[in-house]
Amino acid sequence: MNTIDVAAPEDIEERAPVEVIHKAQPFWNSYLAGIGLGLVLLAAFVIMGRGLGASGAFSSLVSVGINVVSPEHAQANGFFSENLGDGVHHPLKDWLVFEVMGVVVGGFVSGLFAHRLKGSVEKGPRISTGKRFLFAFLGGGIMGFGAKLARGCTSGQALTGGAVLGVGSWAFMLAVFAGGYAVAYFFRRQWT
Amino acid sequence: MNAPFFKFGLFGDEASLIVAFIIGIGFGFFLERAGFGSGRKLAAQFYFTDMTVFKVMFTAIVTAMLGLFWLSVLGVVDLSLVYVSQTYLAPQIVGGLILGVGFVIGGYCPGTSCVSAATGRYDAMIYILGIIAGVFVFGEAYPLLKDFYSSGAMGKVTLPELFGVSYGLVVFLVVLMAVGGFVGAEWVEKKLAAKVKGVQQ
Repeated sequence: MNTIDVAAPEDIEERAPVEVIHKAQPFWNSYLAGIGLGLVLLAAFVIMGRGLGASGAFSSLVSVGINVVSPEHAQANGFFSENLGDGVHHPLKDWLVFEVMGVVVGGFVSGLFAHRLKGSVEKGPRISTGKRFLFAFLGGGIMGFGAKLARGCTSGQALTGGAVLGVGSWAFMLAVFAGGYAVAYFFRRQWT
Repeated sequence: MNAPFFKFGLFGDEASLIVAFIIGIGFGFFLERAGFGSGRKLAAQFYFTDMTVFKVMFTAIVTAMLGLFWLSVLGVVDLSLVYVSQTYLAPQIVGGLILGVGFVIGGYCPGTSCVSAATGRYDAMIYILGIIAGVFVFGEAYPLLKDFYSSGAMGKVTLPELFGVSYGLVVFLVVLMAVGGFVGAEWVEKKLAAKVKGVQQ
């Protein structure tokens, strides 16, 4: 506690001029952001007849990667070959691949205007950066595997499938929250 | 009735990719505005200290669901042409549980990790490498998982069909449930925010 108190005035002096220029704006009200997100999803339904997604783009990317390294291996595998398609269209000229590229651009633009672009690591105060990176990789891996097994992630199943009242999507959504809450206690040191 | 536009041939495959990119920009923009670029904020949902994930997600679901419902009632959108993913109950429940665990450990889901990486979070960039590894492992294990992956097939079934009630009634119940959830979420946030502050001080 003492060290924080002692260091605080110096920190303020050093950071003050920078913070005036680059002060990060507060996030939007959750309900307002949710309505915005819902209208984007509605636009996808009305314009395309389909919803949003994210993990599908990773399936295309991985399958194309495998196909470059070993076409025989990719074609022999039911999962990779399905993502590679019929050979008429290039597998990366895919709706979700382009949508996810848009997500990256949209996130960047929003962060730029809100002064939230900053090289940083998201973690609680009780875990080292190295450990956080390890957990990030493991969590991503578990997520990638689970999303493929469930035929979609929070975007394609929970959000999109939820809005069209799909039975599997609602079961999936409840399972996601159940799984998260079941293990949250064991990983509390990472976040709190 | 002339929507969904793409299904009525208003534009082709090439143009649909441009639409995808633009819709993606909107998706990424609102995810970032909601604060979903922050893994700490997302993970806080599972510690009841910040219910933003629940609030944003259900507001979005309710908004799109109500919009789609009224546009179909007004005859603007042909609902039968809007894609509903097939239900495979067992793999979707097990996949959902696994995904929830990955969410807590990793701090993101695939969409939010893209936004987080785009705004400079190094852990999100590593998380994306993790997703790629996870998808690769799933693909390699696919021959073994195939039977389970295809189990519990129920086809394109929706909640109104499952319960044998009208579409409008389910829409109404989901709205009621969401509003109840929002009231609860606000209460929990207030309760726990006070508690967390008390502990820190």
